[in-house]
Amino acid sequence: MRGDQINLQNVIARSATQVESPRQRDGGVEKVTKLIDVSRCIGCKACQVACAEWNDLRDEVGECVGEYDNPLDLTPDTWQVMRFNEYEDEQGNLEWLIRKDNCMHCAEPGCLEACPAPGAIVQYANGIVDFNSEHCIGCGYCVSGCPFDVPRISKQDHKAYKCTLCSDRVYHGLEPACVKSCPTGSIMFGTREEMLHLAEERSDFLHRRGFENAGVYNPEGVDGTHVIYVLQHADKPEIYSGLPADPRISPLVDAWKGVTKPLASVAIGLAALTGFFHYVTAGPKEHGEEDEAAVREDDAREREREERP
Amino acid sequence: MTLQVTRRQFFKLGATGLATSSMAMMGFAPEPAVASVRHFKLTGAKITRSNCTYCSVGCGVLLYSRGDAAINVVDDIYHVEGDPDHPVSRGSLCPKGAGLLDYVKSDSRLRYPQVREAGSNEWKRIGWDEALDRIARHMKDDRDANFEADDDDGNIVNRWTTTGMLAASASTNETAYLTQKVVRSLGMVAFDNQARV
Repeated sequence: MRGDQINLQNVIARSATQVESPRQRDGGVEKVTKLIDVSRCIGCKACQVACAEWNDLRDEVGECVGEYDNPLDLTPDTWQVMRFNEYEDEQGNLEWLIRKDNCMHCAEPGCLEACPAPGAIVQYANGIVDFNSEHCIGCGYCVSGCPFDVPRISKQDHKAYKCTLCSDRVYHGLEPACVKSCPTGSIMFGTREEMLHLAEERSDFLHRRGFENAGVYNPEGVDGTHVIYVLQHADKPEIYSGLPADPRISPLVDAWKGVTKPLASVAIGLAALTGFFHYVTAGPKEHGEEDEAAVREDDAREREREERP
Repeated sequence: MTLQVTRRQFFKLGATGLATSSMAMMGFAPEPAVASVRHFKLTGAKITRSNCTYCSVGCGVLLYSRGDAAINVVDDIYHVEGDPDHPVSRGSLCPKGAGLLDYVKSDSRLRYPQVREAGSNEWKRIGWDEALDRIARHMKDDRDANFEADDDDGNIVNRWTTTGMLAASASTNETAYLTQKVVRSLGMVAFDNQARV
């Protein structure tokens, strides 16, 4: 079958299917996490270039609009962008807050919940949320399901694209391309446990340096993310170019998947059953002799017309 | 021609459709494959150690190429990333280094010696031997004409100030030492590299 070159046997969640995934071999799989320490980032965009290089993406060269953000937003060809925000704090000091924006690889992914195409979005035992483009139908539900507004639909092939956390590299024992390139150590990669520990250390360091509200961004609303931030101002994540303070999967996704879909399935099933029982009790529709004769006449005329040269 | 469907056939088609869709609804549809990890693109690639040529930091890079240098193969670099064993950068790169692949492949990359003759506005391709001969000739002529052994006060200076040299910043110590020796022994004063440009 298409798209099954590698049988990972450690997919823990799949979109739009109730059938269980093979999970017997998940026992030893460690969760991975990418830590983005905003306080150490210099905004050089090496990660952005490394991402494009590894994933063979070459976005269109855009126009300079007088901002450092380039491109201005995520696109199907740009899976991560640096977002620059000039923030003035309470003391009137200018802070240049630079955030690497990409897929957060939520433990409870809104995209996967919303996706109606079986197997188009999967979650591996190591925590990575991946799109299987073979099965993607390009409906765009993942875009509305994502609390971070990450997936983008390609105009070229009408499929959804986003950061894979370099699932191919991680699967082969390497770190993601962005992590490797980072010259300031602002992006780190390792097991979830190690990264949460490192994030705490970094936020403690920032506390000592006078950032009272420094902290770790690992939002509870989506059961934590496999991409976490260390923020100087963790009390106000919105100032980092609109990082949501309390991201949650939209209630519309629940309404669609939780209520509407089973109801519709039941309605279809009932209609079929009604049809069947009506046939059993009332029998087939009867036609009078006149109707049958008319049909036979029609058939005869049709045959005659076809036999004519 | 018109599609000939008898009443009986129409019912059969309808029944089949209903049966298959009901079965799909009850979970008898073939399950799609679950894996979606992209094929690892470096498997089997030849790895060559090199240096980034951009600045004087000289980060180590690994060049991944297709082809194993067998007689019938023309190798082709298709991926570049940092060398984790390099003491300077330990695998990290700046945006220029991270994008080296596109510089390697660039259309505007200089691939052979070129000369722009005096008065001309066109670059002409020449061979390496011709290029080196011409450079040597120019250097000799200029040095013979402008070399100063003493300054106005009679101090020995042994300087040649009318010609300069631009060398590579990302050189090994040994290369840098030899380049320095060659240039300074000729008396050349203006000597720089692209990291300061």
